[in-house]
Amino acid sequence: MGAPRLSSTPLPGIGVRYDLTTREHRRLSVIAHRDGPRTISAYREDDPDACAMSVRLTAEEAATLIDALMPAHHNPNLLSTTGLGLVAERIELTAASRWNGRLLGETRMRTETGASIVAVLRRAEAIPSPTPDFRLAGGDTLIVIGTREGVETAAAILGRE
Amino acid sequence: MHSSAVFLIEFGCIILVLGLLGRFAGRFRFSPIPLYLLAGLAFGNGGLLPLGSSEEFVAIGAEIGVILLLLMLGLEYTASDLVTNLKTHYPAGLVDALLNALPGAALALLLGWGPVAAVVLAGVTWVSSSGVIAKVLGDLGRLGNRETPTVLSILVLEDLSMAVYLPILTALLAGTGLASGSVTLAIALGAAALVLVLAVRYGRHISRFVSSDDPEKLLLVVLGLTLLIAGLAQQLHVSAAVGAFLVGIALSGEVADGAHSLLAPLRDLFAAVFFVFFGLNTDPASIPPVLLSALALAAVTACTKIATGYWAAKRAGIAAKGRWRAGGALVARGEFSIVIAGLAVAAGVEPSLGPLATAYVLILVLLGPLTARYTEPLATRLLRHRRAQLAAKPDDTTPLTASAHETISDQDAVGHA
Repeated sequence: MGAPRLSSTPLPGIGVRYDLTTREHRRLSVIAHRDGPRTISAYREDDPDACAMSVRLTAEEAATLIDALMPAHHNPNLLSTTGLGLVAERIELTAASRWNGRLLGETRMRTETGASIVAVLRRAEAIPSPTPDFRLAGGDTLIVIGTREGVETAAAILGRE
Repeated sequence: MHSSAVFLIEFGCIILVLGLLGRFAGRFRFSPIPLYLLAGLAFGNGGLLPLGSSEEFVAIGAEIGVILLLLMLGLEYTASDLVTNLKTHYPAGLVDALLNALPGAALALLLGWGPVAAVVLAGVTWVSSSGVIAKVLGDLGRLGNRETPTVLSILVLEDLSMAVYLPILTALLAGTGLASGSVTLAIALGAAALVLVLAVRYGRHISRFVSSDDPEKLLLVVLGLTLLIAGLAQQLHVSAAVGAFLVGIALSGEVADGAHSLLAPLRDLFAAVFFVFFGLNTDPASIPPVLLSALALAAVTACTKIATGYWAAKRAGIAAKGRWRAGGALVARGEFSIVIAGLAVAAGVEPSLGPLATAYVLILVLLGPLTARYTEPLATRLLRHRRAQLAAKPDDTTPLTASAHETISDQDAVGHA
């Protein structure tokens, strides 16, 4: 099995279509529209000429998707992993979150999970080392560092509504 | 002072009505072209509201509309797109021209309209609407389909053919004799060939000359250059539209993209004015007498387009379902048919031609998106039915081989045409 090959077909007036046939003989294509958007399509197995799914992405959406498709990248929220078994993740509080308007101390995060909230991102500013009397709000992004299990539990706690 | 007020009121009303119609069409996701034509019929000549002071401006606006339509079409393609398409897909282009131009020409001769009208009607039935078809393919999520490049290359070839067809038509309509007619034609073809060569070799230099970081200057330079070349082409009896198309071809890369986005709103405005103008010059009362011919012509040329697409897709190695989809997608006629008919009407050829073309385009621009959607499921169902009947015959118990299957679908394509 050779290296995967991306073949291209010009679509005059629209852009270029790039085709990829996977190792499992499934076909995928990406249309690069001249004005920026991308259309990603997967083909039907009973009618290989037709698309089973065809989704149009804006330039930003395509960039986000590429990020997730990078083989080196294992989790879109992941900041970094270390050899010490610690992970750091960005966890967002929704507007419907139980913690919206409550104090950070009320989550009893460090006691329950051993994970630390090292910073809070709120709109354009970052609040480093928030204290237990820090008041959380919906839309905050918390940076949590801990063991894999600790961070998972933290995500579950922070996800409560 | 007073007449300028009347002009503003009239023109404002037209544009406003078009805007509202466009919104209405957008809600139901179909092309606004038929509505613009109907609006044109409703205003003006024989309609509900005769226009006075804005008529002249609308006429000039319509001319600019045609020029911008063609310029934008030229901007969509690069010269190398055109050359590659011409090299690899010319058989499909020829089949397309033969199958679809002949019914129009035949009808004109049958009605006793003479050879010039036959050439006009041939053009009207030949050319599909690139605008409508590209939009429908996008809406149906078929841009990624394997038959789509075939469909698009047929559209490209048709557009390119217009660079040859329009000057011929202009020469015929001008009624020039054989000698001066062929000189005009030679000039036109020479100009088209020269621009193609220049665009392939020196497109970058031309684009660099036109290029500007400031959108305002880019807009003015491109628009000015286009109108100038279109005017010169008109002077040489080559057709202003072809001049504009060639300017579009010569521009490439960043300049083409920039000009495309800057000119799109202008094109939309003036193209709408153009469709209205065409409707304005058609008396609604003249449509019912030609409606039957229009319906018959629409039915025949819908089938010939489906056959064209089927054949082209088969040639490109697409399976049966894709062939039907390609055929169905090509049915819509639109802006070009009206451009061609508009030239003939302006030259005073056969009074019934305008109404016939209007009715014909109205029918097919509405039918086109439907055939694009339903031709394949319908054909597949009919074929399955037929195969079941064949299989039910007592003496025909052998299972159908792949080649037999092939023949059946071919017969059906011919039967359909």
